[in-house]
Amino acid sequence: MAGSFTRMIGGRNGAVLLASLGAGTMATGFLMSDNPLAAEVRTKLYPPSSDFPDLRKHNNCMAKALTPAIYGRLRDKITPNNWTLDQCIQTGVDNPGHPFIKTVGCVAGDEESYEVFSELFDPIIKDRHNGYDPTTMTHPTDLDASKITNGVFDDKYVLSSRVRTGRSIRGLSLPPACSRAERREVERVVVMALAGLKGDLAGRYYGLQDLTDKEQQQLIDDHFLFDKPVSPLLTCAFMARDWPDARGIWHNNEKTFLIWVNEEDHTRVISMEKGGNMKRVFERFCRGLKQVEQLIQERGWEFMWNERLGYILTCPSNLGTGLRAGVHVRLPNLSKDIRFSKILDNLRLQKRGTGGVDTAATGDTFDISNNDRLGKSEVELVQMLVDGVNYLIECEKKMEKGQDIKVPSPVTQYRK
Amino acid sequence: MPFGNTHNNFKLNYKVEDEFPDLSKHNNHMAKVLTKELYGKIRDRQTPSGYTLDDVIQTGVDNPGHPFIMTVGCVAGDEESYEVFKDLLDPIISDRHGGYKPTDKHVTDLNFENLKGGDDLDPAYVLSSRVRTGRSIKGFTLPPHNSRGERRGIEKLSVEALTSLDGEFKGKYYPLKSMTDAEQDQLINDHFLFDKPVSPLLTCAGMARDWPDGRGIMHNDNKTFLVWVNEEDHLRVISMQQGGNMREVFKRFCVGLKKIEEIFKKHGHGFMWNEHLGYILTCPSNLGTGLRGGVHVKLPKLSVHAKFDEILSRLRLQKRGTGGVDTASVGGVFDISNADRLGSSEVAQVQLVVDGVKLMVEMEKKLEKGEAIDSMIPAQK
Repeated sequence: MAGSFTRMIGGRNGAVLLASLGAGTMATGFLMSDNPLAAEVRTKLYPPSSDFPDLRKHNNCMAKALTPAIYGRLRDKITPNNWTLDQCIQTGVDNPGHPFIKTVGCVAGDEESYEVFSELFDPIIKDRHNGYDPTTMTHPTDLDASKITNGVFDDKYVLSSRVRTGRSIRGLSLPPACSRAERREVERVVVMALAGLKGDLAGRYYGLQDLTDKEQQQLIDDHFLFDKPVSPLLTCAFMARDWPDARGIWHNNEKTFLIWVNEEDHTRVISMEKGGNMKRVFERFCRGLKQVEQLIQERGWEFMWNERLGYILTCPSNLGTGLRAGVHVRLPNLSKDIRFSKILDNLRLQKRGTGGVDTAATGDTFDISNNDRLGKSEVELVQMLVDGVNYLIECEKKMEKGQDIKVPSPVTQYRK
Repeated sequence: MPFGNTHNNFKLNYKVEDEFPDLSKHNNHMAKVLTKELYGKIRDRQTPSGYTLDDVIQTGVDNPGHPFIMTVGCVAGDEESYEVFKDLLDPIISDRHGGYKPTDKHVTDLNFENLKGGDDLDPAYVLSSRVRTGRSIKGFTLPPHNSRGERRGIEKLSVEALTSLDGEFKGKYYPLKSMTDAEQDQLINDHFLFDKPVSPLLTCAGMARDWPDGRGIMHNDNKTFLVWVNEEDHLRVISMQQGGNMREVFKRFCVGLKKIEEIFKKHGHGFMWNEHLGYILTCPSNLGTGLRGGVHVKLPKLSVHAKFDEILSRLRLQKRGTGGVDTASVGGVFDISNADRLGSSEVAQVQLVVDGVKLMVEMEKKLEKGEAIDSMIPAQK
């Protein structure tokens, strides 16, 4: 009989449904018709339990947090832009993860995703951001670069300095969800604002779809060009749709301030230069961000931000400041010491190879940057990076002279 | 995406020119047909299950195509897509299927007895014979659109139907997500195992979502009848064997399909079919019979003859390498199959393969003897 099918639908309503199913095409037509009763029938035919993803082999923050009960309560909700829970979690369902690397496993389609699906996002945020509780804590924003002290490193050790973050334009859906018109609107708003930058920030926009071969080659040589995402973490989150429509790169003439448009976020903002003057890099970063914000506000737009989560970005891992401040630094002696990882941990820093995330270090040069994004302000995080890098250089100098070094005590987590 | 109109009503707040995709560098059937005016006319429509125009065309927007190969560039999310978006799909179907008109009727003929001959292809030349098609199950949306619940529903129904078969069709179902290593190795060795799609033509259409949930393979004990569940279509059905007895392959194909269809009908879920488009499948290129019947055949001399491609064209056949679509031939062995899908029946298409291959083997033999084949070249079928 319809044995297995019966199991999917419980109770008296199920029996009624099955009887109607036996009527064949007529019933099918009814089920598929666009009336409210049909939607109700459809929900009964496919209760949340029938749709709950199989996460038994998964290892990501979403799989850890998502229970059948939460899924049941959230599955039929939609944001004002018609974005659903299934769309948020698709990337985490499609990418079970790695036994050693914990990916986030979900994305926001719009600002409201973090509210409508807060029952899922809040525990994920807490997990990912070391205990930051969005239901009770507030996130501080501070872009006053003058507060940074000791922010100029010894050029003998620090080869380059860089700060990056992202910004989203309020009122437009995020890269997983946006339509072509919305994405083009993001590009229009941002490019118009950037055209108003002057002095050392004055620059030019290169739309990906209209690049000449010569421009493309120049951007590659400058290490500025970004390509269509190939990582399934991103493609399964619908972020590569319509490529390369409305994607582009803006940079200032001095090549020290760079903005990616419509890649993983509405905008990614990068300030950088050779050498160890992190203070100047951060000063330019803050000044540029403030000016861009003012320029979009003049036209009635603003960045997505709130007190609970700071700056709103596509991936929950980038909430708060979205800030990664880092240096390429030579540490030939320290990097060979077995205490190196512990020192970094306590300073709340992470190391990457000089190719960026998931690359190995070449020689003795490391990419060292802040671990945290949410719960501390931009100034606090950059100061922590500055203090940490200064400490690492001191260790390196000591080891050059044959002196011993100390593992520092751990830096405190959150303001209460 | 399932049970949502993917943002569609919200998008209608934007002007047509702001939403219309940039297809200036595109070369696929969808890009050829979709104008801004047509986009404006049908973009507010949705199928009852919420599939929209942008869903239909996303794969074609994301994959501009190849200067020499013309891909279709769109997919259906459910049976109703072909109705609701007929203004776009009818011209694409006409382009792809040799001028097939919206008023044309498609004939289905799965009576294997209507096939003439087909049991005497020379096994010294014809190494193997195979017929495949697809089937969609009424009442469910298609792979680009279905939810996990629907996909599992399809799997459950399919497993019930397939594991209840007996006689030469008796076999076993192997769900992809719980396969043992030993089972996996065996299926690979038998060339039965299908893998997660990597082609962006498929991934951009949402067909790899939730992999491997709800996917699996059934084959009979004799390894001559194989069904794929929830890959590119709800079901892909394959009958095959070594040697040239295409008649037997086709008989097993027809009998197996009929048996499966009976069981699905009993549960109130027959196959999607209508008299205009025949069997409804995800890709418009597979409408009609969805049938590809073919052989692996040794034609080292004929294949390098100047008129080989013209002969194939006249016989309404196509060639592929022995690795399948987009592969090169190895050692003069070609995969020869029917080119048509829509507008002629299963029997007619397999008849073309049987007759055409028989003729080409005769030509090969003549060329081996150093004789000319010009008098044998057929008229256009």
